[in-house]
Amino acid sequence: MEQIPLEHILLLSAVLFSIGVLAVISKRHAVVVLMGIELIFNAANLNLVAFSRHDPTLLQGQMFSLFVILVAAAEAAVALAIVLRVYQYFKTANLNEVSTQE
Amino acid sequence: MLFYLFAILAILSAAYVVLTRNLLYAGFSLLITLLSIAGIYVLLFADFIAVTQLMVYVGGVLVLILFGIMLSSRVHNKSVLSESVNKVWGTLVAGLILVGLSYAILKANVASLPWLQTSEVDVLGNQKSRVQSIGIKLMTDFVVPFELASLLLLIALMGAAYVATEKQNA
Repeated sequence: MEQIPLEHILLLSAVLFSIGVLAVISKRHAVVVLMGIELIFNAANLNLVAFSRHDPTLLQGQMFSLFVILVAAAEAAVALAIVLRVYQYFKTANLNEVSTQE
Repeated sequence: MLFYLFAILAILSAAYVVLTRNLLYAGFSLLITLLSIAGIYVLLFADFIAVTQLMVYVGGVLVLILFGIMLSSRVHNKSVLSESVNKVWGTLVAGLILVGLSYAILKANVASLPWLQTSEVDVLGNQKSRVQSIGIKLMTDFVVPFELASLLLLIALMGAAYVATEKQNA
């Protein structure tokens, strides 16, 4: 099997990262902002796994990306619980309308 | 080549997450992105990470997100829409980040780093998969972060269940 060039993986992860940043900045529904954060996590993980290919005995990149996936799962659970509470309290999940100040 | 197929699929579906206004379409588009990233993990000799990605992201986080969409939107709306703001500034910032990162990646010439050159030879070794070595590492070198992660997951899931429950006197 031929090697995938490292630059192409890094460029793919850069594209995914900036799409995630765009989602976080430009979307106003809290769940879509969470989706953008998941895209950013995946971009970071892709870099870790790509460099771990060159580290076949220690596998530090793959171990680190395992823990990143774990923490991302915990983060998604807590964040969605908070979004549900916010929705029940404010009757909206739109981040611009969630405000207690008049 | 399979990697470029997965890469194009991931980029297109990730772009659709941002471009569409329908939240459910965005969720299912994110599903395609996560699946193609799992495929890329397989191509990068990270089989266990790919399976974990499938189990945790596609099986767990995405279902949570879909539940979040269903529960945090009014039922009488036929399709759940999300408005986007800051389109110009968001595109500008994301484009600048993309240009900066791509410039840095192309300029850094990572493929010629010395430790990448020396360790390129033995990609998979004599073992068929990475599962055994990852399991051994989890129980020896990484046992403290492993236990801490299990504790963190327990606390986070209990906290999430507590936060999301309806309180009687709230």
